[in-house]
Amino acid sequence: MDQIQKQLLEQVADLHEVPSGAYNIRANGSSAGRNTTANIDIVTREDRDGINIIIKPFTKRESVHIPVILSESGVQDMVYNDFYIGEGAEVTIVAGCGIHNAGDRESRHDGIHTFHVGKNAKVKYVEKHYGQGDGNGKNIMNPTTVVEIEEGGYLEMETVQIKGVDSTRRTTTARLGDGATLIIHEKIMTHGRQSAETDFTVDMDGEGCHTSLVSRSVAKEESRQVFRSNIRGNNRCTGHSECDAIIMDHALVSAIPEITAAHLDASLIHEAAIGKIAGEQLIKLMTLGLTEQEAEEQIVNGFLK
Amino acid sequence: MLELKNISFSAQNESGTREILKDIDLVINERFVAITGPNGGGKSTLAKIIAGIYTPTSGQILLDGEDITDLSVTDRARKGISFAFQQPVRFKGITVKDLITLAAGRPIGIGEACSYLSEVGLCARDYIDREINSSLSGGEVKRIEIATVLARETKISVFDEPEAGIDLWSFSNLIAVFEKMHEKINGSILIISHQERILNIADKIVVIADGRVSAVGDRETILPELLEGRGPCRMLSNKL
Repeated sequence: MDQIQKQLLEQVADLHEVPSGAYNIRANGSSAGRNTTANIDIVTREDRDGINIIIKPFTKRESVHIPVILSESGVQDMVYNDFYIGEGAEVTIVAGCGIHNAGDRESRHDGIHTFHVGKNAKVKYVEKHYGQGDGNGKNIMNPTTVVEIEEGGYLEMETVQIKGVDSTRRTTTARLGDGATLIIHEKIMTHGRQSAETDFTVDMDGEGCHTSLVSRSVAKEESRQVFRSNIRGNNRCTGHSECDAIIMDHALVSAIPEITAAHLDASLIHEAAIGKIAGEQLIKLMTLGLTEQEAEEQIVNGFLK
Repeated sequence: MLELKNISFSAQNESGTREILKDIDLVINERFVAITGPNGGGKSTLAKIIAGIYTPTSGQILLDGEDITDLSVTDRARKGISFAFQQPVRFKGITVKDLITLAAGRPIGIGEACSYLSEVGLCARDYIDREINSSLSGGEVKRIEIATVLARETKISVFDEPEAGIDLWSFSNLIAVFEKMHEKINGSILIISHQERILNIADKIVVIADGRVSAVGDRETILPELLEGRGPCRMLSNKL
């Protein structure tokens, strides 16, 4: 693995070395390393490009890293990864995609991740997207996440896209069983002429299930963002979505929330706020000796932390 | 030493130009100076002019003899002016520790950050990692605001009505904070206040009413006049 690839890996997976535990590293469209453990198996799919990650029931405190890196300009990558998390397992899954595009051609990674979260299993899923490059080629990522959570299962998903991705369309659909929980925290920062769209659809089918979707984003310069969410309460459930955006320069942000209750005991809430950085916040930090620009950076970093 | 020379300030509103401060002349050299006077008299405006948030229409501000009238908020902060807002602003995502670290202007340990919080009567462990968002009460953000000024340890510390929004029990502790600052500071504390107990520990009291300095002098002279409702400001004595 070369320096650029190592640097991408550090950005998207906080990895400095080969990770401990199970991992699968995909570089420029092919496998660059894999490790399995007694409880976690990773199998190459035969029907299409991608892998199946199979986690045995009651596996505890293990992790899986599956970073993808694209360091050649013009790579078009499309993968299907399926996760089967067995009953009662407790695991952390770290995915992420880093693109370094120094050429003029478009680099693109589309990933479709499907999670089958078993009964009472508990999963933390972290996904980071990062792009860099000094060429004119565009970095494009379109992640799709499909989630199925069985009775009493729990999935916490944290997605971060801070830099260098020119265009992204993130689609997440989920179906929750009885007593299942889905928590999503999304953080996005766009600048230049980037565009980012996110789309969440959660079907709350199980009795007593719960979801919370929280998106925090900063749109700078000429960038555009669209946030869509639809929570459908089909049973006794609690659902909450929140979209909070800072708009700067000439950016554009849309928040299009939808909540649908099809059951008397479905309790659904949506909150959305879009606004610029408050002048008072800047002035307070300036009275501490920060310049206006430093103050702005602190406010944005804190907001996305 | 802070000197204000012929400071005037006008603001535009629907009915035209309104003069908020008229020809203010003041020298602040004492360790503890209280500014008092009726609401709407121009006290907060004056404090914001000192911090650089407002620019005076005319006049000059000198800090240790240097003209700082045209300096920005940032530059004045770096020269040693601190300002505690009457209504502190909240920040989503920025923690109490982050803000105190920014105030100190250098990396500080948990222990040091906690010591500033303890001084303002907050149990540090419960607060250090909390975000300064709407989950904190008005009194809590107010005390954090005061802690940020303590952490800066600058020559001039300006507090705009530190007692507003703080409950009575905390208020006694607040007086102790200022008494301690009074002992330690190598410069001046300037407090805008309506509270007799704060005026009571001031070396000098300035009364501002209707945009002018209507009285200035040591505590022994000014305070009895204020309390008796004689002298320059009856509205204030009613408040006290």
